[in-house]
Amino acid sequence: MNILDTIFAPLAYDFFDRGLIVATISGALLGLIGVYITLRGMSYIGHGLSHAVFGGFAAAQLFAAQFYVIGAGLWGIASALAINVVSRKQRIGADAAIGVITTGSFALGVALLTKFGSRGPSFDSALFGSILGISTFQIWGLLAVAVLTLLMVVFRYRALMFTTFDPDVADASGVNVSRTDAMLMIVLSLTILATLTVIGVTLVAAMLVIPAVVARMLTNSFSKMLVTSSAIGAGCGFVGMYLSYYAGVPSGTMIVLTGSVVFALALSLRSIRSAVNRRSHTADAQALSVQGKKMPVTF
Amino acid sequence: MTGTGVGRVILDVADASAGYDETLVLRNVDFHVHEDQFTGIVGPSGAGKTTLLRLLLGVVEPRTGSVTREPDLRVAYVPQLETVNWDFPITVDECVLMARTEQRKLPWASPSEKKKVADVLERLGIAELAHRHIRALSGGQQQRMFIARALLREPNLLLLDEPTSGVDVNTRHDMLHLLSDLHDDGISIVLTTHDLNGMAAHLPHLMCVNGTVVAEGTPAEVITSDVLEHTFGARLEVLQHLGMPIVIDDYAGRPTTVVS
Repeated sequence: MNILDTIFAPLAYDFFDRGLIVATISGALLGLIGVYITLRGMSYIGHGLSHAVFGGFAAAQLFAAQFYVIGAGLWGIASALAINVVSRKQRIGADAAIGVITTGSFALGVALLTKFGSRGPSFDSALFGSILGISTFQIWGLLAVAVLTLLMVVFRYRALMFTTFDPDVADASGVNVSRTDAMLMIVLSLTILATLTVIGVTLVAAMLVIPAVVARMLTNSFSKMLVTSSAIGAGCGFVGMYLSYYAGVPSGTMIVLTGSVVFALALSLRSIRSAVNRRSHTADAQALSVQGKKMPVTF
Repeated sequence: MTGTGVGRVILDVADASAGYDETLVLRNVDFHVHEDQFTGIVGPSGAGKTTLLRLLLGVVEPRTGSVTREPDLRVAYVPQLETVNWDFPITVDECVLMARTEQRKLPWASPSEKKKVADVLERLGIAELAHRHIRALSGGQQQRMFIARALLREPNLLLLDEPTSGVDVNTRHDMLHLLSDLHDDGISIVLTTHDLNGMAAHLPHLMCVNGTVVAEGTPAEVITSDVLEHTFGARLEVLQHLGMPIVIDDYAGRPTTVVS
């Protein structure tokens, strides 16, 4: 099989086309939001919120199986806002608030699904992601969340950057920090909900963190980091979907593994570059010393 | 030098107490910030200097008493360098532009904003550093960057938290001269510091704080052994040199080091 066959053969399947679209957009979306999450030191929140959404996903099915997405979304938003309030207002750190609220929610989800079973996606699909059975509704839902997120990032770009960098000074400069934080939490919940299908509950957090961390290694500019992280996320989603198809393993797993490889490559390149720079500086210093230009050391 | 506070009161702290959670850091503070104010707040670590600054800024609400600002007062703040996240991916011009967050929603700077940023960086002598990452600056340049961000707000009152901390002697002098120039341009300035001797040489008005206001006045009035003992809880010897007070650490009655 040549490379073109490798690329085009899976596209003959409708389920793969849908999966590829969702995985690529999901990767870009998680990469974009992940910049704010990692820079705020809240990487753990993606892990927590995806688990919280799982609780809502299980509970909502008991009452109205066809609306489980809405139920899970509302549950996730409520969890995100609760974490935001608890971590800001009380003497509990954000990590502890996330740990308590979201693992409790996840435990409830597991208990409900074990007791009553699932009338929506299977337990395994929810945990690890699946490209099977992605509906048109889910694609439109993901697109809607992507548009909403883009609008937020464009029109609240400055406020989001300021509150991420220095919330106290932002507050004193007239930026509504609480509202900006709440808006980010809501969009994060919706993003996690919309991307859970393909990436899976247990792996979505990785795609919030990996593209952003790799992008941070590649640039020192905030705006460039947003673009780079989104592009890396999209690339991982795209490549991961193909690997998932050919390896026959859950999509989320391969998307995250692709991201991990990209991270390892970026880290290696950075280390090599640092070593080369150090060697170059040492060589320059030695050259100066040979030319008698070395500064005398005095005590 | 003016700055001892004889003009119109633009911000009034009246019998205010403030703190965090159950801890009260400041008690019964009265402080009238005038339109020509140039004041250094001195005191030991944990004395409430930063809390007082945050009270003036409005990010800490008084538990008792009141803080009253002129309706059109524009306050700008320069944070302590130690509190800044220097790994944040941001260039100097991106950081300075933060001052315009509420003036424009779009991410990119308008032509007039670009000019304003360029002008303020030029004024502070760091125009050529506009596209550098914030970590790639020296301590003095980092201070200037945050002052540039503050000035872009066109403030009436500039608050600085430890602007002379962690910089060398030349940078400290440059900084204090820069602040003096800004004050001469009509900006009221209040700053916190540990640097007693630097303040005595450059500032017309000092306030000693240790949980409350211990004393305030000109350096000659405030920098006395008795006031400093009340403020720092240790006996400090004060010498006079060319008409300026110089503080000597007189621990156990034996002069050892100059407090700086």
